[in-house]
Amino acid sequence: MSAVSTETVPFVEPAAEAPTLARRPSRRPLTRRTFVLSVLAYAIAIGFLLPYAEMVITALRPNKQLLAANLVPTHWTFRNFTTIFQTGFGGNLVESLVIAGGATVIVLVVSVPAAYYSARHRFRGRSLFLLLVLATQMFQPAAMLVGIQREFSDFNLPPTLSLILVNAGFNLAFSVWILNAYFASIPAELEEASMIDGSSRLGALARVTLPLAAPGIVTALIFTFIAAWNEFIVALTLSLGQASNHQPLTVAINNYIGEYSIDWGHLFAGAVIATIPVILLFAVIEGRVVSGLTAGSIK
Amino acid sequence: MRLRVGSLRPLVWVGPAVALIGVVVLWPVVVLVHSSLQNIAADGFVVGGAGARNYTTLWHEPALAGVVERTVIWVVVVVSVTLLLSLGLAQLFHQYFPLRRLARTALIAPWAASVMMTALIFRWALDPNVGAINIILHALGIVHRFGTNQADWLGTPGWALVWMMIVAIFVSLPFTTYALLSGLQTIPDEVYEAARVDGAGRMHMYRTITLPLLRPAILVATTINVINVFNSFPIIWEMTRGGPGYETSTTTTFMFILKQSFIGEAAAMSVVNFALVIVIVLVFLKVTRWKEAVG
Repeated sequence: MSAVSTETVPFVEPAAEAPTLARRPSRRPLTRRTFVLSVLAYAIAIGFLLPYAEMVITALRPNKQLLAANLVPTHWTFRNFTTIFQTGFGGNLVESLVIAGGATVIVLVVSVPAAYYSARHRFRGRSLFLLLVLATQMFQPAAMLVGIQREFSDFNLPPTLSLILVNAGFNLAFSVWILNAYFASIPAELEEASMIDGSSRLGALARVTLPLAAPGIVTALIFTFIAAWNEFIVALTLSLGQASNHQPLTVAINNYIGEYSIDWGHLFAGAVIATIPVILLFAVIEGRVVSGLTAGSIK
Repeated sequence: MRLRVGSLRPLVWVGPAVALIGVVVLWPVVVLVHSSLQNIAADGFVVGGAGARNYTTLWHEPALAGVVERTVIWVVVVVSVTLLLSLGLAQLFHQYFPLRRLARTALIAPWAASVMMTALIFRWALDPNVGAINIILHALGIVHRFGTNQADWLGTPGWALVWMMIVAIFVSLPFTTYALLSGLQTIPDEVYEAARVDGAGRMHMYRTITLPLLRPAILVATTINVINVFNSFPIIWEMTRGGPGYETSTTTTFMFILKQSFIGEAAAMSVVNFALVIVIVLVFLKVTRWKEAVG
C-alpha cells in the first residue's frame, strides 16, 4: 500500500499552474508499480487516439489505395485536402463558422447578465429560474425534433438563423451554470471597492468581475462553439432545402455518403478539418467542463 | 414608482435567457404535442385534427415492439458498461504517474469530436474488405477471409448492434471518467490514512470508502449518460441508418425515419420519448440535489 495510491492533485488546474506538475516527479521515486501503471495508462491513452489516427491516415491515402487491405498506405497524398474545396466544402466551413460563432455570441450576451444577476441577488423567481436552466440542460433536440422543425418552419427564418437560435437555446444552460458558479465565487466586496473609487456598477462589473471570471467565460465560449460546430440532427433537419454548399459541415460530410458508393477520401479530409481543431480547443477547457455539465454537484 | 422599477430589474438581466429558453427549448414541446394530435401530410401541410389516431397507428406499428426492446437493451448495456469501465479508468488516471496530465488529455478526443465523425471512422474501419478492424481481426485469426459474411459486421443486425454499442461506449467514456475523477478528488486522503492504520486492504478500502463516497458522482454521471445514450442519433444513423428495415433502430432513429413520411406519427413517437426524458430529468434533479446547489 504505497502512498502513491492516494495522491491527490487539485483536479481543476488553471493552465498557468501547469509548470508545477513538471517539478512534481522529483519528489517521487519511480517504483515498479508506477512503471506498470504508466505503461497501462499510456497504452489506453493511445488507444483513445487510434480511431482519429485512422481518420488522418485515410484522408492522406491515395484514392487508388482505398481498396488496399493495409493499415498504412504505401504512398501519401494531400490531394483530398485540395480537391475537397472543389466540392463546395469552403462554403460549408463558412456556414458552420457562422452558425457556431453566432450561437456563441448569443449565448454569451444572454448568459453573462443572467448568471451574474442570479449569483449576486436574491430576487423573486430566482430558484425557479435556476430550476428552469437545470431542467432544460437535460433536454436535447433529438427528443423534440418534430416540434423544432414545425415551429421554425412557421417562423419562416433563413435556415442559418434558425440553426444559430436552436444551438444558442440548447447550450445556454451550460453557460449560465458555469458562469453562475464563477460569479458567486468572486467576492462582491471587490466590486464595491471599485465603486467607491468612482466606478459605476457596470464599470465595476467590466473592470473587476469579468476579468476574474475569464476562465469561466472562455470555458462557456469554447464549449458552446464546439457543441454547435458538432451538432448533427437539427442541422440535418433544418438545412434540408439549402444548396449543398451552404449546409453545415456535419451535413456536408454526411453528403459524401452516396446511395451506391461513399467518397471516403473527401469524407475523411472533411472530418480531419472539422475535428482536429475542436479536439485541440477542447483540451484548453478539459478540466473545467465537468462542473458545468453536472451543475456543480460534483466539486 | 421606484418600487416598480426595482421589481422589474431582474427581468432586464434574466429576461433574455428566459425568453431564449422559452422560444427554443420549451415552445417546441408544445408544438410537438399539438402536432401529435394532427393529421399532417408528408409535405408538412396540416390536413386536419387526428385525435389519438397517430398514437393508435404507432401502437399497431409491427416494428414498434422490436424497436422499444432494442432501445432498452441499448441504454442499459451502453450505460452500465460505460460506468464499469470508467470506474477502472478513473482509478487508474487518479494514480500519480509521469505525464499524467498529458495522458488524461488524450482521453478527451472522442468527447470533443462530433459523434458522427467517430461513428463514420468505425463504419470505415469495419469495411468487410479493407477495414482496419477487420485487418487486425484477420491477423489475429478471428476473421478468416475478407469480404465474407463473417467480415461484414454492419450487414448483420445483431453484430451491427454490438459494434454500435461499442462506439456509444467509446464516446461516453471520457465524460464519465472525468466525472468520476472529479468525484475521487473530493475524497480526502485522511480517510484512507485512517483506514490503513486500521489495517484495511486495498479492495476493502475501495468497497467501503471509495465507492460509497463516489455515489453522488456515479448517480449524476449515470443520469446524464442515460439521457445522452437514449437520445443518441448519429451513431446508428451513420453506421446502419437504422436498417435493414428497422432492425437496428432505437426509438430515436425510428422517429427520424417516420418523420420523413408520417409526421404526425413521428410526433406521437417523440411525445413518448419526451415523456421518458421528463422522468430521467426528475431523477437528475433529485440526484444533483439542485436546491442545495442553488442555496
